[in-house]
Amino acid sequence: MHPNAEKIQTRFPDAFLSEKEWRGDLAVTVKKDAIVPICRYLHDDPGMDFDYIVHISSVDYPEDPERFEVVYEFYSIRRRERIRIKARVTEEDCAIDSVTGIWKGADFMEREVFDMMGIRFNHHPDHRRILMPDEYDEGYPLRKDFPLAGKGWRDTFEFITEGTHKKTT
Amino acid sequence: MTTEAKNKPVEPAAEHPVTGVPVPNKALPLLRTEKLMLNMGPQHPSTHGVLKVVLELEGERIVKATPVLGFLHRGVEKLAEDGTYHQFIPHTDRLDYVCAMYNNFAYVRAVEKLLDMKVPERAEYLRTIVAEVQRIIGHLFWLGTQALDIGAMTVFFYTFREREVLLDFFDDLCGARLTTSWYRIGGVENDISPTLIGHLYKFLENFSEKLDEYNALLETNRIWIARTKGIAVISAEDAISFGLSGPTLRGSGVDYDLRKYEPYGAYDKVQWDVPVGKNGDTYDRYWIRILEMKESAKIVKQCLDQLPQGPYMVEDPRVTLPQKDKVFTNLEHMIRQFKLFTQGFNTPPGEIYCGTEAHKGELGFYIVSDGSGKPYRLKIRAPSFIHMGAFDYMARGYMIADIVTIFGTYDIVMGECDR
Repeated sequence: MHPNAEKIQTRFPDAFLSEKEWRGDLAVTVKKDAIVPICRYLHDDPGMDFDYIVHISSVDYPEDPERFEVVYEFYSIRRRERIRIKARVTEEDCAIDSVTGIWKGADFMEREVFDMMGIRFNHHPDHRRILMPDEYDEGYPLRKDFPLAGKGWRDTFEFITEGTHKKTT
Repeated sequence: MTTEAKNKPVEPAAEHPVTGVPVPNKALPLLRTEKLMLNMGPQHPSTHGVLKVVLELEGERIVKATPVLGFLHRGVEKLAEDGTYHQFIPHTDRLDYVCAMYNNFAYVRAVEKLLDMKVPERAEYLRTIVAEVQRIIGHLFWLGTQALDIGAMTVFFYTFREREVLLDFFDDLCGARLTTSWYRIGGVENDISPTLIGHLYKFLENFSEKLDEYNALLETNRIWIARTKGIAVISAEDAISFGLSGPTLRGSGVDYDLRKYEPYGAYDKVQWDVPVGKNGDTYDRYWIRILEMKESAKIVKQCLDQLPQGPYMVEDPRVTLPQKDKVFTNLEHMIRQFKLFTQGFNTPPGEIYCGTEAHKGELGFYIVSDGSGKPYRLKIRAPSFIHMGAFDYMARGYMIADIVTIFGTYDIVMGECDR
């Protein structure tokens, strides 16, 4: 087991679920209730020192009982190491605590995850959509049940057919 | 009105010594003040795309600046889930459309990490050369437009003169100037010809003189200094906390460059330095970009000198595309091309994150694969988007005229920000 994963396991034995190292990337899966204490530990502990937030992302697995996965990627500038933390969220209780209090950059990243996948972030200071319009109510585009071509509003445009428009040439 | 002024007892109104008309008391507020909301954009020449910012102003000071993003959102991440890995390369051109080569590079590196594929040495060198040429183009573009936004128009013509030369080089290399799609999974599309190598050498010969020309226009220009020194200052801790990267982070004195610390391409085989700033203001970031252009020129020169012979593409029929001329003449190659574009190649199930130091910052791809020929999920870590997260924090307290400087200092491109 990777030493960083081992440290998380000894510190948070109840929240630690699994770890996987693949292609040189370390990924640790934890329970979603403990995400803020674990992130605070990763950020503040001098032995971990993950001070740089790389990205927050999300993956949708419609068949799984815990449907969504929130993915955090951190980097330590002094120790030059990377770690990926993952937490599962169910569709019924589609929310996880925000880490904006630890990394300021998490603000926009969490808003993007909410906008694209519909996962709510508790205690987020500015919880709004970011890329889609504020009044957009057709769902969350990156979910697997959202069709690639959109939800049909394209078909509602009026097309100019040959009989109705004047020929200019 | 401050609380101190409120608590002050109101003095009786004085009379004018000659006319006897009562003069209003100075302590009383004469004018009603309120915060002004101003929409800047989405159509504004300095926003480098379509970005809207809702400004809250007190006089000319910015109290709050809220970026409204998404005007250029095209759903690239959703489109990625519907195409094969090869088919996504042209989409990456349209992310940061002024520096397409580096986007291609970042993406193909991520896919190669997923496949655990080793690229031939000549391909690594070619990739590094072209990526650094792209970095010079990006920084020249930035310098010209930033100076134009601030009011120094001349620099624009000088930087675009050199940019044209390099874009013509791209044109000869792959047939396109901006949306290049030259990188391939497993190598590059075609080899570089000796004529083009000669062009590059000729360009590098007097490039440092050209840089001196720009510096002569800006370095001691009083307006440039007044509008960049001490503007949009961010401390190292804040810059790290916001996740800034590239020259924006290095301007604050943080030595973070993936080319140096997680080397890829041929960056670990050549001599070069990472320029780091001190004050974290716009001027430092300008100076870092100038120094980076010099370093890039050094890297290109050394790579051209060392350029090894050999193949420029991995020969793996399951993954890499066949030669175009063979596709039209050879049945096996045509079948291979057809299969790769209709079904793609299967990747091992798993997930990777691969970050690449583009000229704006860390451009990363997080790919989740389920073992099929299409990405299950592809997330783009776009530096422009993350830099916009710090925009409000960096703009507060500055004048309204500084807002275009602050946009420019990130080197923002909305195609990448909104994806």
